Amino acid sequence: MNFFHKSRSAKSAKERLQLVLIHDRAGISPGKLDALKDDLISVISRHIEIETDAVEITLTNDRDQHRLVADIPLVPNRKRRHTIS
Amino acid sequence: MSAKIITITSGKGGVGKTTATANIGVALASTGDRVVCIDADIGLRNLDVVMGLENRIVYDFVDVVEGRCKLRQAMIRDKRLDTLFLIPAAQTRDKTAVSPQDMVRLTDELRQEYDWVLIDSPAGIERGFRNAIAPADLVLIITNPEVSAVRDADRIIGLIEAEEKGPGKLILNRVKPEMVRRGDMLGTEDVLDVLAIELIGIVPEDDSVIVATNQGIPVAMESNSKAGRAFLNIARRLKGEEVPFADLGGSDGFFGRITRMMRAGGES
Repeated sequence: MNFFHKSRSAKSAKERLQLVLIHDRAGISPGKLDALKDDLISVISRHIEIETDAVEITLTNDRDQHRLVADIPLVPNRKRRHTIS
Repeated sequence: MSAKIITITSGKGGVGKTTATANIGVALASTGDRVVCIDADIGLRNLDVVMGLENRIVYDFVDVVEGRCKLRQAMIRDKRLDTLFLIPAAQTRDKTAVSPQDMVRLTDELRQEYDWVLIDSPAGIERGFRNAIAPADLVLIITNPEVSAVRDADRIIGLIEAEEKGPGKLILNRVKPEMVRRGDMLGTEDVLDVLAIELIGIVPEDDSVIVATNQGIPVAMESNSKAGRAFLNIARRLKGEEVPFADLGGSDGFFGRITRMMRAGGES
């Protein structure tokens, strides 16, 4: 990255704001969300094999409704057979 | 006649609450309306110096609350605009000297005789802020195009809604059009995207504000500065006039967007 080029820092200001406000509005800090994610992974892993590194827990919101969105990919069949055997 | 009570607040300090209160007061009074500005920042009195009335203080707001004088005795009339008044904050007390009920009671006394009561809120979200919004019919949230100020504005917007004082309206202050154009400052559109609130004014960064404050003559008293014009426009919008927003570095679609927003959020 060339810092003397147009830096467009306003874009990163906006993105950072949008992210931080999602957490502010829901009253859930990023740390709390990480802890929740770890717990979710350990609970779900007891039942099914999941791609733990690819799990994504995100907060979304408009002003009235906060939503926790979990994207939890399962381990693909071929890999799973391999690990089980 | 019944005054409209407007509180100017921000969460973050130093974004221009006091300057905005003084200038909107001046702008409204210059149309002949009767305006009372109240400094609700008890312990950190400042509206008096920004308005240039600091040498005429005898009583303050806490004196009124505690019954040492009548409300009228604490009101300082501006000699330049004879429909403009200031009620100064106490300097030697703190926010607990006033309750939200005191604010409601005393501003109600003003409703009959004045057109506008403007309350300059202290920074923060504690007692002083709660006092300042308690009597408000409308809350103006002022912010700068900067992450910390916008974040605090969002928090304030949430608190105002929780207190059923919303929806507020936004003043975006200290915009540098040149920085917005080169992509290094949040533009009006960016801030409105993030905050989802109706806009009532965009004020450009302007050295005249510092000169004016040095002299105790609010910029809106001499309308030839950019910031002064912006405050005069805010006053016109408060009075129900549709005034187009100046394009301070926004994209081409900016005007259409703002017009749509104004229609959508138009006052009934």
